[in-house]
Amino acid sequence: MTTALDTDVRPEDRFISAFKVNHGQALNGTNASIAQQREDAIERFAQLGIPDSNLEAWKYTNISKIIDRPYTLPLAPEAPSIDESDIEPFTIDEMDAHRVVLVNGRVDPSLSDLGDLPSGVVVSSLAQAGNEHPDIVEQHYGKYADFEDEALTALNTAFVQDGAFVYVPSGTIVEKPIFFLHVTAGQEDLFLQPRHLFVVEDGAIAKIVEAQHSLTDAHTFTNTVSEFFVGERANLEHYLVQDEGPNASQVHTRAGTQKDDSVCSSNTITFSGEVVRNNANIEADGTFCESNMYGLCIGKDEMHVDNHTQMDHVQPDCNSNELYKHVLNDESTAVFNGKVLVTRGSQRIDAYQQNDTIVLTNDAQIYTKPELEIYADDVVCSHGATTGQVDEEGVFYLRSRGLSERRARILMLQAFCDEVLSEYKIDALREHVTDKIRQRFASYFA
Amino acid sequence: MALLEVENLHVGVEGEDIHILKGVDLTLDTGEMHAIMGPNGSGKSTLAAVLAGREEYEVLDGEIRYDGEDLLELEPEERAEEGVFLAFQYPVELPGVSMTNFLKEAVNSVREARGQEELSSAEFLQMLRERAEMMGLNADLTKRSVNEGFSGGEKKRNEIFQLAMLEPRLAILDETDSGLDIDALKNVSDGVNKLRNDDRGFLVITHYERILQYIVPDRVHVMIDGKILRSGGKELARHLEDHGYEGIREEAAAAAAA
Repeated sequence: MTTALDTDVRPEDRFISAFKVNHGQALNGTNASIAQQREDAIERFAQLGIPDSNLEAWKYTNISKIIDRPYTLPLAPEAPSIDESDIEPFTIDEMDAHRVVLVNGRVDPSLSDLGDLPSGVVVSSLAQAGNEHPDIVEQHYGKYADFEDEALTALNTAFVQDGAFVYVPSGTIVEKPIFFLHVTAGQEDLFLQPRHLFVVEDGAIAKIVEAQHSLTDAHTFTNTVSEFFVGERANLEHYLVQDEGPNASQVHTRAGTQKDDSVCSSNTITFSGEVVRNNANIEADGTFCESNMYGLCIGKDEMHVDNHTQMDHVQPDCNSNELYKHVLNDESTAVFNGKVLVTRGSQRIDAYQQNDTIVLTNDAQIYTKPELEIYADDVVCSHGATTGQVDEEGVFYLRSRGLSERRARILMLQAFCDEVLSEYKIDALREHVTDKIRQRFASYFA
Repeated sequence: MALLEVENLHVGVEGEDIHILKGVDLTLDTGEMHAIMGPNGSGKSTLAAVLAGREEYEVLDGEIRYDGEDLLELEPEERAEEGVFLAFQYPVELPGVSMTNFLKEAVNSVREARGQEELSSAEFLQMLRERAEMMGLNADLTKRSVNEGFSGGEKKRNEIFQLAMLEPRLAILDETDSGLDIDALKNVSDGVNKLRNDDRGFLVITHYERILQYIVPDRVHVMIDGKILRSGGKELARHLEDHGYEGIREEAAAAAAA
C-alpha cells in the first residue's frame, strides 16, 4: 500500500492526514515502544511545522521547497525487486564485511550477506529486532534523537517502519565492518523515512559503514533518523558515504550517547545529492570519553550540503575532535554549523573544531559557523575556519618539478582531503573513497 | 650555441606598470657555474622566476634561448622536462602531499619526456635512498609531506636533493644560502659540488659572497637595478665583499653620464 501526498494542501497537512489514514493499519508498530511514540511525535510535528529559513538552524538550507513536492509515501513492505547486478557498483568488494542491503529503507535479506557474526551479535532490520529483541529496542529506541525541537525527527518517529539494527553485547568484538548498503529504487518520487538503531554495549567494539546510493532518476527525499548507544569502554566507528545522485535529497539525523572511557567516531563524506542536511549529535555522557567527528564534502554542480554537528560535553575529563572539509566546485553550496556545548561542572574538557573549505569557482559558496556554549571554567575549546583557493604557489612548485598543471591541482586537492581520509581506519574503505575522490577531481580538469 | 642565452631581457609585473629587469644579457654553458650577486631588489630572483616560468611576470622585451630554443614558449612543467630546475628561495610546504609519491611522479614525468624508461617502485626507492645519502638528507624526511615541518636547512637541502633526483641540465639556485647556519651551508654546498659536471650548468643567485667560498664560480655577475653592471671571475665576489655594491653603482652612473 502506498499513500500519495495531496499537493493542494500545505505539506504539513499532507503528512498529518496520511498519518490519520494509516494509523492502526500500516503503522501498527512492530514494537510497543515504537508504536507509543507515534502519537506524540505527529502532534509535535504538527506544532513545529516543516522548518523554514526563519529558523536560525535552517537559515541557509531551504528544505521546505524540497519537501513541497508530490512524493509518494510507501507504507508497506513492497520494495521493487532488484538483484545483485543492480547493486554491484556499490558493494565495495575489497571490504570484507557483514553486508546488509536496504532497498527503500527496508532490509532485503536476499541481497544481504551477513557471514559469521560473533555469538550474541544481532544485525537485522529494526522491525525484526522490535519483535525478537523488544527489551533492547525499548531500552534505547527514541532515547537519543529528541524530536521536541526537530520537526523532521518527529515526522520520522511518527512514521517509523523499518531500518537497520545492530546490537553488540558487552565485551564482544566485531572485527569486520558491518556494512549497510542503502539503495533507493523505483519510478516514483518517494518520501522515505528509515530508522536505525545501533547499540554497542560496555567493552564492545564495532565498525559500522553505511553507503547511500540510488538506482532511480526520480526525485526522492529520505528523512533518516539514526540512534546509537556506546557503552563504557566501548568503541564505535561509524562511516557514512553519501552518493545518491543529483535528484535525491535527504535529512540525515544521527544522535547518540557514549559512556565512561568510550570512543565514538563518525566520518561522513558527501559526493552528491540535491539538498543534503546532516545533523550529527554526540553526547559524551561519561568521563574520559573520546569523541571524533570528521566530514568531507566534494561539491559539484548545484549540490547543497549542510552539516550541522553538535558535541555535548555533559561530564568532565573528555576530549572531542572535529574536522570538516569541503571542496566546492561549480555552483555548489556548503554549510557547516558546529556546536559545542560544555555544561556546568564538565571540567577539563578539551574540544577542538576546525572547518576548512576550498572554493574552486566564484559561484561556489560556503557558510560556516562555529557555536561554542561553555559553562565550565577549566576547559580548552578551540575552533577555526578557513576558506580559500588552491595554493597557487604550491601548484607552481609542483609544476616546476615536472608535474602538469592538471596533476598539480589534483594532487593539491587530494592532499587537502587527505587529512580527513587518514582518519578512515578501514583500509579498503579509505581506498574506495580516495579513488572516488580522485576520479571526481580528474573530471574537473579533463 | 650555449645552454642558456639571455638577451636584452626586460621584465615587468603582469598587469602593473613596474619595470624590474631592464636589459639583462647572460650566457651560460654546460659545465659552468655562474653566480649572480646583487643587493635586495636588484632583480636577481625575478630573473630566476622568469627562467622557471612564473606567470606573474611579463616579459616586455628580449629573449631567452635554452639549448637554442625559445624558453619563454614553454610551460613551467615543460621547462622541467627539458631540464630546467629552480631551487626555490622559499620552498613551499605541501601538507598531505607525500614526498615519495610526488617525487616518483616528478622523476618519471621528466624521464618520460627525455625518452628514458619509467622507474619501477623498487628502482625509484633505491635511487631515492642513494641520492638522499649523497646529499646528506635524512631519508626519514622522504616519508613525510613535502617540506611540512622541515627546518629551514632541511628545506634547502631538500631542494638540492630534488635537483639530484631530477638531474637537470640547467640548475638555478635562488638564494639557497639565505638563512642557513654554517654547517647547513657547508652541507648544501657539498651537495651542489657533487652535482657539478660537464653536462650541467649552474646559476647561483646570492646576496652574500660566503656561499661562493664553498661553491667556486667560473663567472660572477653583479646585478644592480635590473641590469648586469659588471661581470668577472671569482675574484669579483671577494672585491664586492670588501667594497660593497656602491662603487660599482657609482662607476656605472659615471659611465652613463659621460
